[in-house]
Amino acid sequence: MNQFQYARPSKPQAAIRAVAKDANAQFIAGGTNLVDLMKRGVMTPQKLVDINRLPLNKIERQNNGLRLGALALNSAVADDKLVRERQPLLVQALNAGASAQLRNMATVGGNMLQRTRCPYFYDTTMPCNKRAPGTGCGALEGINRMHAIFGFSDKCIAVHPSDMSVALVALDATVLVSGPQGDRRIPFADFHRLPGDTPQKDTNLERGELITAVDIPDAPFTRHVSYYKVRERASYAFALVSAAAALELDGNTIKAARLALGGVAHKPWRLTAAEQVLVGKPATEATFRQAAEVAMQGAKAFKYNEYKLKLAPNTLVQALKTATAA
Amino acid sequence: MKPLQKQIGTGMNRVDGRLKVTGAATYAAEYELPGLVYAVLVGSTIAKGRLASLDTKAAERAPGVLAVVSHLNAPKAPGAKPAGKDPSQPQTVGNPLAVFTDDKIRFNDQPIAVVVADTLERARFAAGLVKAQYAQEAHQTNLEANRPQAFLPTQAKKNPKSPVADYQRGQVDAYKTGALKLEAEYVIPTEVHHPMELQAITAHWEAPDRLTLYDKTQGTMATRRDFAKQWGLPEENVKVVATFVGGAFGNALHSWPHESAAIIAAKVVNRPVKLMLTREQMFTMVGYRPHTWQKIGMSATADGKITAITHEATGQTSTYEEFTESTLGQTRMMYQAPNLTTRYRLVALDIGSPIWMRGPGEATGAFALESAMDEMAHLLNLDPLEFRLRNYTDQDPERNRPWSTKFLKECYQAGADRIGWSKRQLKPGMLRDGDWLVGYGMGVGTFGAHRGASKANAQLLPNGTVLLQSAVTDIGPGTGTAMTQIAADTLGLDPAKIRFEWGNSSFASAPTQGGSAIVNSVGPAVQEACLALKAKLRELAAAGNGAFAAARPEDVAFADGHLTLNGNPAARATYADLVKQAGGTAVAVDSKPGPDGQKYSMYSFSVHFAEVRVHPLTGEVRVSKLVSCADAGTIINEKTAGNQMKGGAVGGIGMALMEHAMIDDRFGRYVTKDLADYHVPVHADAPAVEVFFVNQPDPHVNALGTKGIGEIATIGVAPAIANAVFNATGKRVRELPITPDKLI
Repeated sequence: MNQFQYARPSKPQAAIRAVAKDANAQFIAGGTNLVDLMKRGVMTPQKLVDINRLPLNKIERQNNGLRLGALALNSAVADDKLVRERQPLLVQALNAGASAQLRNMATVGGNMLQRTRCPYFYDTTMPCNKRAPGTGCGALEGINRMHAIFGFSDKCIAVHPSDMSVALVALDATVLVSGPQGDRRIPFADFHRLPGDTPQKDTNLERGELITAVDIPDAPFTRHVSYYKVRERASYAFALVSAAAALELDGNTIKAARLALGGVAHKPWRLTAAEQVLVGKPATEATFRQAAEVAMQGAKAFKYNEYKLKLAPNTLVQALKTATAA
Repeated sequence: MKPLQKQIGTGMNRVDGRLKVTGAATYAAEYELPGLVYAVLVGSTIAKGRLASLDTKAAERAPGVLAVVSHLNAPKAPGAKPAGKDPSQPQTVGNPLAVFTDDKIRFNDQPIAVVVADTLERARFAAGLVKAQYAQEAHQTNLEANRPQAFLPTQAKKNPKSPVADYQRGQVDAYKTGALKLEAEYVIPTEVHHPMELQAITAHWEAPDRLTLYDKTQGTMATRRDFAKQWGLPEENVKVVATFVGGAFGNALHSWPHESAAIIAAKVVNRPVKLMLTREQMFTMVGYRPHTWQKIGMSATADGKITAITHEATGQTSTYEEFTESTLGQTRMMYQAPNLTTRYRLVALDIGSPIWMRGPGEATGAFALESAMDEMAHLLNLDPLEFRLRNYTDQDPERNRPWSTKFLKECYQAGADRIGWSKRQLKPGMLRDGDWLVGYGMGVGTFGAHRGASKANAQLLPNGTVLLQSAVTDIGPGTGTAMTQIAADTLGLDPAKIRFEWGNSSFASAPTQGGSAIVNSVGPAVQEACLALKAKLRELAAAGNGAFAAARPEDVAFADGHLTLNGNPAARATYADLVKQAGGTAVAVDSKPGPDGQKYSMYSFSVHFAEVRVHPLTGEVRVSKLVSCADAGTIINEKTAGNQMKGGAVGGIGMALMEHAMIDDRFGRYVTKDLADYHVPVHADAPAVEVFFVNQPDPHVNALGTKGIGEIATIGVAPAIANAVFNATGKRVRELPITPDKLI
């Protein structure tokens, strides 16, 4: 691990200034990912700005929705009464992530900003455009069984590992950001980026911008929801593929639907076209299959992740079945 | 006096349980010696070639750094030879890779330097400053691509009776002409032991020719031998302490480069040095279960009698050691097959050496054999249990001699009852639980009931406590507890009055903990030491008390503060008086296996029954129930023995469903580098494992009747699960692990 400076401001503006003026500074909250990356030399910030003292951990009602403070712990959000009543999909996604110990440290903002678990990103001796732009993508012709089938580029085929973010993109959340230029709101679907030619940038945050909260608008998805995560063991593993499904049902007819996939792209993968297929149709496996077919349009696999072309639609169908039965 | 409860067979609590759960047990990296400093290894980033240059200047200048040691400046250990000199030595393990002896790179992450500093953080920081340039050569890390270069192990070339030599009974490859036959290939990937405790050593030169090692090892004597030899020292000048070992599963059966590096570093800085590997380094330099390709050909009659089996295996080894294991042993003796062929080969790759991992080769071989048994039963439309019964052997078909004991049929019955085998359908895919497909499978395991020579010391202390000592380690099975129970019953003494000390090479010599052989070997040594102690005490007491002179040693009894005699409570000899006598009370025994090993084939047996649920859409597999039944001879401690069976079964779940270390052959580097990439089962993957022991003594192994548990707990579990997956889905997965991608 490299040596670094450490600051722990108590006001958001001080934290923002500290990072904005220093290209080698970095916010740290729970540190569940960043500390690992620093130990391995993957990330080498010269300065850490610890934001844990900032008053950003509230979970509250706000403007016909819920507002999750950026520093609210994953476990606190998952256990919160308001969240459990109004956004059970988010609760399921949070509880599918990591372990109880990690959820007790990880924050809402940190979860969104966690880096890919692509092994080529983690090994500083291997090529990786995300870690070291211009060195190439090790995964493209490497061991890519965990990698993307949507939205990748020839520069990067990594996937975003967050479960929480898959639910948040499905729930039309908005990210609240404060920065040197003031405050702004970023729709969740626009928060993470596709890799394109600059895979080193995971998100559309500008230097010095600090996530302060996430807003989730009220929606009628309080019962028929499912976050279905397929992984190689029953718990504590990243998704091979995960699917978030939220339905509003009128009898057996689908009135509204939200769908997203995880483990398939550089960002949580919202499926608006597939949602449209569902609306107005009966909640049957045949309908779900149609939606899954639409969802998979444009998917392309690499040597070792061919299985995702089948697993992703199957997982989506299973999530829809589970949501319907809930 | 109240009659003492018999301890053998009970579930006595672990003698060290309290120390472990309170954190008071001291492990290899927890010896805080005065002047202790910290070492961090720098690993190569290529798999094969030569170090063209090594720049250590920045590291040497870094704060707190005491030394940077590499092949450029390492002191020569007189006994250390560059690795790879003679890989054909029949002794395939026990030669620690000598580090820093030359500029050759033989595997990726091979230690090329060690940095010593006053804190761990400073050592780690400085290690990152060491810069290496390489002259790279083309490497080979892919087993499949190199199978055409597979070779017969040298020990088999030298000795046709070697267990890894080609074996033949009846006709060669007779299955090929069988009317009803199958032929299938099976693959086990590289699996890594990954005990909870990382490999660690604290090395201390107490004098220029006296070395003490607090080391994670399964064998204090073997480690002492290795490093005494490396440094040209008399063995008694090297002391190895391994009182507590936080799991090992085989990876501390070998002396490794990092141990050599720590010892060299301690020599250079002349202070005690602590070196603990990272989880990432646990993949690269302390062994693994080798990636192995297997092929089985089998033929049978229509009424379910096997007529022939051919079992071939090709496993990986390194370029500098020939590591072999008994992958094909179970096939030669488990079923009554008149024609049987086995062929074992190796492929040498540019990867660190493998080492036995729990169940070792037998677990690998059993995956192929027991999967093939299930495949043949399916072909015959026979219940797989019935198929095994029709080919049951009442004597060893490999050596044509009787089993010492075999209660496998009893295990079959007990397991079938407990899993609910009658629910199993012959046709796959017939049972459901909601969305999930349900299936049942079984797998059989066996492992030699090995016993080695072992010594033990015993003495009576003035307070009436009996102290026993053995160099044996306890890597988790509860050796210390079992030995205390054996001593308690043999002496007729409350176990609270027995202190069994272990894990120190200064104590009485004992074999390395491995191969399920410790209770078999050290158990009788402890038993004999206790009998010798009683005889000695009777003799000492007889000097001053005629009643003792006339008594038999077994009538000597321990009372409060004095010895007495069963049937003569008036007879007394105080402990204080006894220990004062000339020569003291200490006894030493040297316990050796008897001649029955020549007359009988001695094996432990197990059968595992699995119930699995498979999701037809997502390919997820959940083991919903496991029943493990063992014929392991006498059970000394039902709780720790049951604990071994459960742990072994959970290890089998890992082997079946998730464990897979992957290398990117372009770089010759692992892409699985931590426990997020390399999956082992978590609690949610492990169902309640039901354990059944036949608990019948084997009178031929030793006087206790034990046969060993550690390996058979794992051997056969993976095929039981694979067979259950087939029964649930109709899909036969012949390449482990059975991950969702292979089922959808």
